[in-house]
Amino acid sequence: MVQTSTAPLPSRAYVGTGQRRIDGVSKVTGQARYAAEFPADGLLYGHVVSGGALANGMIERIDASAAEAAEGVVRVYTHENRPRQPWFDSTYQDQVAPPGIPFRPLKDAKIVYSGQPVALVVARSLEVAAYAASLIEITYREEPFRTDLAAEQSNAYVPPEKRAGIEPPPPDRGDVDRALAEAPVKVEASYFVAAEHHNPMETHASTVVWNDGKLTVYDKIQGVVASKEYLTEVFGLIADDVQVISPFVGGAFGVGLRPQYQLFLATMAALDLQRSVRVTLTRDQMFTLTYRPHTIQHLALGADRDGRLTAIRHEAVAATSTFEDYQEVVVNWSGLGYRCPNVAFDYKLAKLHTYTPSDMRAPGAATGVYGLECAMDELAHAAGIDPLELRLKNYAEEDANTGNPFTSKQLRECYRQGAERFGWSRRSAAPRSMREGRELIGWGMATGFWEASMQQTSARAILSADGRLEVATATADIGTGTYTILAQIAADAMGVPIEQVDVKIGDSSLPASPLEGGSWTAASAGSAVEKACFGLREQLFHHARAMEGSPLANEVLERITFAGGRMAVANDPSRSVVVADVMAALGLEKLAAEETAKPDQDAQENYSAYTHAAIFAEVRVDEELNVVRVTRIVNAVAAGRILNLKTARSQILGGVVFGIGMALEEQSELDHRFGRFMNHNIAEYHIPVNADVRDIDVIFVEEHDDKVSPIGVKGLGEIGIVGTAAAIANAIFHATGKRVRDLPITPDKLLRDGDDGVSSGMARAG
Amino acid sequence: MNRFSYVRPDAVAAAVRERASDPGARFIAGGTNLLDLMKYDVEAPSRLIDITRLPLRDIQELDGGLRIGALVPNSDLAYDRRIEERYPLLASAILAGASPQLRNMATTGGNLLQRTRCVYFYDTATPCNKRTPGSGCSAIGGINRQHAILGASEHCIATNPSDMGVALAALRASVRVAGPDGERTIPFSEFHRLPGDEPQRDNNLAADELILSVDLPAEHFAINYTYLKLRERLSYAFALVSVAAALRLEDGKIAEARLALGGVAHKPWRDEAAEELLRGQPAERASFEQAAGQILSGARGFGENDFKIELARRAVVRALEQAAAGTPQSQSDKRVQ
Repeated sequence: MVQTSTAPLPSRAYVGTGQRRIDGVSKVTGQARYAAEFPADGLLYGHVVSGGALANGMIERIDASAAEAAEGVVRVYTHENRPRQPWFDSTYQDQVAPPGIPFRPLKDAKIVYSGQPVALVVARSLEVAAYAASLIEITYREEPFRTDLAAEQSNAYVPPEKRAGIEPPPPDRGDVDRALAEAPVKVEASYFVAAEHHNPMETHASTVVWNDGKLTVYDKIQGVVASKEYLTEVFGLIADDVQVISPFVGGAFGVGLRPQYQLFLATMAALDLQRSVRVTLTRDQMFTLTYRPHTIQHLALGADRDGRLTAIRHEAVAATSTFEDYQEVVVNWSGLGYRCPNVAFDYKLAKLHTYTPSDMRAPGAATGVYGLECAMDELAHAAGIDPLELRLKNYAEEDANTGNPFTSKQLRECYRQGAERFGWSRRSAAPRSMREGRELIGWGMATGFWEASMQQTSARAILSADGRLEVATATADIGTGTYTILAQIAADAMGVPIEQVDVKIGDSSLPASPLEGGSWTAASAGSAVEKACFGLREQLFHHARAMEGSPLANEVLERITFAGGRMAVANDPSRSVVVADVMAALGLEKLAAEETAKPDQDAQENYSAYTHAAIFAEVRVDEELNVVRVTRIVNAVAAGRILNLKTARSQILGGVVFGIGMALEEQSELDHRFGRFMNHNIAEYHIPVNADVRDIDVIFVEEHDDKVSPIGVKGLGEIGIVGTAAAIANAIFHATGKRVRDLPITPDKLLRDGDDGVSSGMARAG
Repeated sequence: MNRFSYVRPDAVAAAVRERASDPGARFIAGGTNLLDLMKYDVEAPSRLIDITRLPLRDIQELDGGLRIGALVPNSDLAYDRRIEERYPLLASAILAGASPQLRNMATTGGNLLQRTRCVYFYDTATPCNKRTPGSGCSAIGGINRQHAILGASEHCIATNPSDMGVALAALRASVRVAGPDGERTIPFSEFHRLPGDEPQRDNNLAADELILSVDLPAEHFAINYTYLKLRERLSYAFALVSVAAALRLEDGKIAEARLALGGVAHKPWRDEAAEELLRGQPAERASFEQAAGQILSGARGFGENDFKIELARRAVVRALEQAAAGTPQSQSDKRVQ
């Protein structure tokens, strides 16, 4: 199905093993440079002034005179004096922009969300810029705004224009109303997922180095191609005049998919002042960027007495901004997760006066699968069936949304191995039936789904006479381990030690790569790098065969192995050539190959590709005080070929920790009177700390997939979070008998009487 | 952050003089809260008086008690052998707060002066009577899960975020301060104040006074004590509710009781009537529930924080149970005992 290589599969000395990060030393010793750390001569520093506590209105007056007069201030930009250039009217939409009109900072006096950038102070030092920013006086004229999702549900609408790359809900199938009416067992409930901000450790920053009209831009971005395209399209720059570099990214989780406003502001100032400018956002300004949209879901499940699903209705209303229709896949999972003849979907948006939400780790799935998997738990309880048994009874052998088979699906094995490791068979079914001392113990589980995809990616491989191998592609490593897996793939492909491999990424001058996201990078960049190395092998072989008296004469590439710096005939290792000798004989300093790997058309059209996981969680809840501890999680993942056991495990650990945060802690809290996320720092926006994270056991279930990508990889960035919050919520129900359907499950919600309903967490003071 | 001048006096008298001469000046020691507030433009001192050179770093014996210099770092204090052995309640409360890195920097005096964590106080775009008197209290009718249920006013429902202070309230410490006219000692219960109609004032320290030491009395409750802190994650979060409880038991009865709450009021909350109720009672749940009822008798919620009344009631009972059983809450194992 995939493009099969003509060469024999490379040896697997590195791929599939646990390898240390090749960039680890440079990171822990501070050698690795991030966007705000690149030096430049005469660098100026920009500080963004964030708008006031209103989400709609106009800037009536902005007085920057005191700031401009401050010693060391070079320029203060506002909507009144920003450079007038035609590009301000550009409607260019960045690569993952949803339908709508993208926000451009300082475009006009209009306030469209609370905390939006309203001025940029450029000064000779960061401290002066920040101080001068505090001197700017702004008066606003407030207009009515709406930020309460619950209140806006009645105005929700089906997005008229679909977001590219996001599958809208499939057509309904069967007759859900009737099936629900006739179902002997049914459950119906609403679930709320709070807004979350990504909060990567590195805040957003851009260093724009101006050099005679040409720009070298160091940007925090999940793909330099996105920043470069943005700069050329929005600022009308010539492609040759812009290079974007981003070798290291201190976490992103999706917030680096769209070029953010600091890139615009730094570039605007650099072009206008003809100086190098850096703009770094503060932690609280990170809450003026995009976020995971809070979403209200309504699910109804019907089943026969044996627990076979007869009906699923999955409806969702998600937040978006007033100027863009952000969309993600929330409800579709209910059509492909389980076998069910009657399924109805509804996915709507409600416009709020906030910034546009965007992709955050497992966008849509983290939200939608949480709803589905909690509803499945409720159904299991209602039917008196073990939650795992219920999933097995309704196991989907094909993707019913498309009718396609899966490229591979080892979910059954995930369930089996995960349950065994966890000890699920020892679970006592009734809620509140397991305890130790004052703590109630709860065991819950859930399934995780994420799409496995691959994107067209180019890569280059260069072999030098000294034996060093360089592989390069423009992709990003946002902390996932991309550098390392590419080195592993290249080392195996060429049969060289990994220490001889140099990996170059995060530079727009390198062969084109898509954004780093969607869990597709390992499959995409990995396949491209392998293909480029295969290109080198082919060249080397042809050179070697053509040499006088070559031991490889009359051989074909298919029979040649590359190992230990030699090319050898597969069954006759005595016939071999030293690669370096070939290079020397031909007087070659370097040998290069550039290739483009593409997803297989046939596989894409005729198969569905997903990663799967089974998550088992143990919580302990103090019966009186409702202190919840997540004491144990087992996550069994089937994700095709695992390239690096170490970084792969880290990806799942990170995803699970994200899930713990989603379940118990993370929420960006809106005050509707100000239309503002108020807990905009990481003291008050809680993410898990070490004490919250106990035993996490990751299992990789063996899964061979020759269709999903040339290297059989499915990707791991998102799957770890999907289902985790549901497993924890279900465990809390099992422990306490209380269903809290409102994430995060904070102590106040558990303490509330009754066991029902979407609570006030989503309805702040209005 | 504004521009400011900086001085680093070597003597207490010089530091006090500096402060008295400039109403816009602020003392700085560890800076763990003040620097944040400056970065948020909540505080804009004209001058920082660095007091880290002052000779206030010792812990000394004092009439059977201990005198803790204002500059003793929180971590040094928590791990001081005399504190661990004689005032484990204080050590436990300190270790329940912040992170090791912050405790290394934060000082004893500074801990008493840390400001509320109310999100509106930190956001200069929103009204806040504590930050800008007369502008209004945004937490009333807003996000107030963290806010006060006791002693609040219509002008402010902020809470004092200190853990250490809750133990000091229970231990009946006192605060020795120096001003232009000499030294005075303030009972701990009178150090912090309720918001009333002056929520901008967190405490009764005069503007030109400097904390010299926190003095601990001889009675130290080394056996029957606990510090129980409930929060929205298992570590490194400010208290929703915390309880410092200390008992002296004689023949199964309570001879002496100390009880203070954190996270519920503008100051560490003590109620002598609740302590009095416990005196002479058997050390059992019924007594503890009575005391909990008493200490929370004036409690009222403001919406999101309504739950704290019931949570505090339960926490008081559990803390007294822990104290009575001699099984203080561990600050490393997060399981509630």
